[in-house]
Amino acid sequence: MPPILEVQNLVKKYGDFTAVKGISFDIQEGEIFSLLGPNGAGKTTTISMLSTLYEPTGGEAVVGGHSVTKDPMAVRNLIGVVPQELALYEDLTARENLVFWGQMYNLGGSRLKSRVDEILEQIGLADKAKDRVKTYSGGMKRRVNIGVGLLHKPRLLFMDEPTVGIDPQSRRAILDTVKDLNKQGMTVLYTTHYMEEAQELSDRVGIIDHGELIALGTQKDLTRQVGETETLILHLGENDDPQALAAALNNVHGVIKAEPTDGEVSVICPEAEDVLAAVVTAANERGIKIRSIDIREPNLEAVFLHLTGRALRD
Amino acid sequence: MTKLLLIGLKDLKLAFRDRAALILMLLAPFLLTLGLGFVTGRFSGGSGGISEIPVVIVNLDGEQLGDALVDVFKSDDLSELVTLTEADDPEAARRLIDEDEAAAAILIPEGFTQSIMPSAEQFAGGNAADPVKIEVYANPSRPTSAGIVKAIVDEFASRVEEGRITGMTAVTQMIVTGRLAPQDAEAAGQAMGERLAESPGTGLGIALNTNTASGETNDFDVLAYMAPGMALMFLMFTTSYGGRSLLAERSQGTLPRLLVSPTSTAQVLGGKVMGIFFTGAAQLFILIGASTLFFQLKWGDPLGVIALVLAAVFAATGWGMLITAIARTPAQVGNLGSAIMLIFGIMGGSFIQLEALPEVVQWFSKITPNAWGLDGFTTLALGNSLAHLGRPLLALTIMGAVLFTIAVIVFNRKGIMQK
Ligand SMILES: Nc1ncnc2c1ncn2[C@@H]1O[C@H](COP(=O)(O)OP(=O)(O)O)[C@@H](O)[C@H]1O
Ligand SMILES: [Mg+2]
Repeated sequence: MPPILEVQNLVKKYGDFTAVKGISFDIQEGEIFSLLGPNGAGKTTTISMLSTLYEPTGGEAVVGGHSVTKDPMAVRNLIGVVPQELALYEDLTARENLVFWGQMYNLGGSRLKSRVDEILEQIGLADKAKDRVKTYSGGMKRRVNIGVGLLHKPRLLFMDEPTVGIDPQSRRAILDTVKDLNKQGMTVLYTTHYMEEAQELSDRVGIIDHGELIALGTQKDLTRQVGETETLILHLGENDDPQALAAALNNVHGVIKAEPTDGEVSVICPEAEDVLAAVVTAANERGIKIRSIDIREPNLEAVFLHLTGRALRD
Repeated sequence: MTKLLLIGLKDLKLAFRDRAALILMLLAPFLLTLGLGFVTGRFSGGSGGISEIPVVIVNLDGEQLGDALVDVFKSDDLSELVTLTEADDPEAARRLIDEDEAAAAILIPEGFTQSIMPSAEQFAGGNAADPVKIEVYANPSRPTSAGIVKAIVDEFASRVEEGRITGMTAVTQMIVTGRLAPQDAEAAGQAMGERLAESPGTGLGIALNTNTASGETNDFDVLAYMAPGMALMFLMFTTSYGGRSLLAERSQGTLPRLLVSPTSTAQVLGGKVMGIFFTGAAQLFILIGASTLFFQLKWGDPLGVIALVLAAVFAATGWGMLITAIARTPAQVGNLGSAIMLIFGIMGGSFIQLEALPEVVQWFSKITPNAWGLDGFTTLALGNSLAHLGRPLLALTIMGAVLFTIAVIVFNRKGIMQK
């Protein structure tokens, strides 16, 4: 079967600035594909082109056999979009919002009504359906925002960082919803800057940074790229300087790379046990106090660190 | 088309749920009308409407037509509306105006009758006298009263004009029946035709029906000028508010969301226009209903009112779209909209009657929906029907169409999403 989404060398320039620098990937029907990358990597810009909002500066994308540039209307009927920023009418109720957006997706009559009821049930807002959206909590608004994208049962759903800025409980509910939808057969393109979300949801992941797709494959493929390495996370005392320690550790024999982050230093090495002693000694010599140490198996965070020399979250 | 309606109705709903917008759309014009009503004593007179307008008339003509006009002002029909003083000296009449003793002075110049109805010798000679015009001096501090007097004179002038046309038909009939020698008729017809060409029918849209079917007099109510004035001014708020909502939808993400649904840019733009149109029309109809109910204001021919409301809202929506197309942010639309609302309000006669404004302003006011709308509403309030609204309706429709075209061109150039 041909992929439901084919992206070929997609480019987007904003004036002189190139936000997306020629990315290519495919998504197969039935999978959850995660686009993982820090803020400003170009995730939203990519989604905007795939969903026909912005015309690409170069390259092409094909959804279900329809080009996003040549036949945008056909594409729009196949896709659902959950934008990163809430896109709702705050002075309308949840039900009114769903009804309006359903109409924009050409639903009407009893079909519209039953879909709206189903969605309200699904997002757990059936009893609050008659309240205006502006009275809702952030998490509730996010759920309506997602519900709108599901009304017409799209074959391919774009979700752009749907969990940003909400409480852990709502986040949990959203991740479960994504998995449910996928079980029912919906293909999902999910963007996030949370490594854990990509890790939990998807088999295949694309890592995007500065508008470039720097890694693409299954989580196993990607972690293998890092090599058989482990990561030590050193939690430092409040007054200690991660920068200084990282610099020192980069000279320690057996350390592949040491990176300072906020109050922490992450150290990539082939075998944690071999460098542990040297790491502690180096810290002691500089009077830096290590409060605790985590040892991590290779993960997407390590992949990102390995490829960019930076931590995913900064 | 359905989507246009759905988007439009959604915007109508949103506008009526926005308390701040409701205050400016409905409460402000209503209260201002009420306030102006008190200031002008509309509510203290009891009977409502203007009466006993002091008018001074100087009849230097002294022949049939001049006398006829004086008789009009002396007639029973106008006895309550007008208090007439006759004077011999134009200077004295003008002084009465300056001293605010009269609302208007009418000067019937010497030879008025002659210039309309030339004597037989003049016909034969083929050189008709220049048409002489009746002059009306308006008291700027009493614009409404003066406007009414002017309307009566205009009405009289247009009756005279009708008489002339009838006269010409009569000439033709006389030729056909052989009662007038063709060589004489040619000269007579030419003279008449020339004068007609110079002074086309004076039916200036504003006209007072002193003898309606029922024979009752139409009092002109001050509020019939103020209520539409205020409504039209705040209509400009509504249209810029609607335009602002388009830019707001861009920043609040609902516009991009619309554009990734199977809805075309044209449908979205059309839907937003519908929304502004619906909201503006709803606003005017509510204000008209409220003033009818609470102030017993008579707006006149319902069909005319409906047509005029729709045309005025169309033109105002054009302005709203143009502002939106030019501005970059919702705040800019708001500021630009408020400025235009006030400028158009003042220039278009919402506060001060147009006649009292300098000629430049009067000329400039033609670009405002306010001026044309007021023209139309005044015409209706004076007892005329839809049939007399040709000019304002045409002007408003053309204005709307031109503005829409410009707005669409600007939108096309900038793109609906981009700045
Ligand atoms: N409309 C725009 N004009 C100019 N630059 C933009 C615009 N939108 C995004 N960018 C820039 O493009 C880059 C990618 O942005 P975005 O796609 O939003 O990243 P992400 O969604 O991964 O956080 C950022 O540097 C951002 O500042
Ligand atoms: Mg983003």
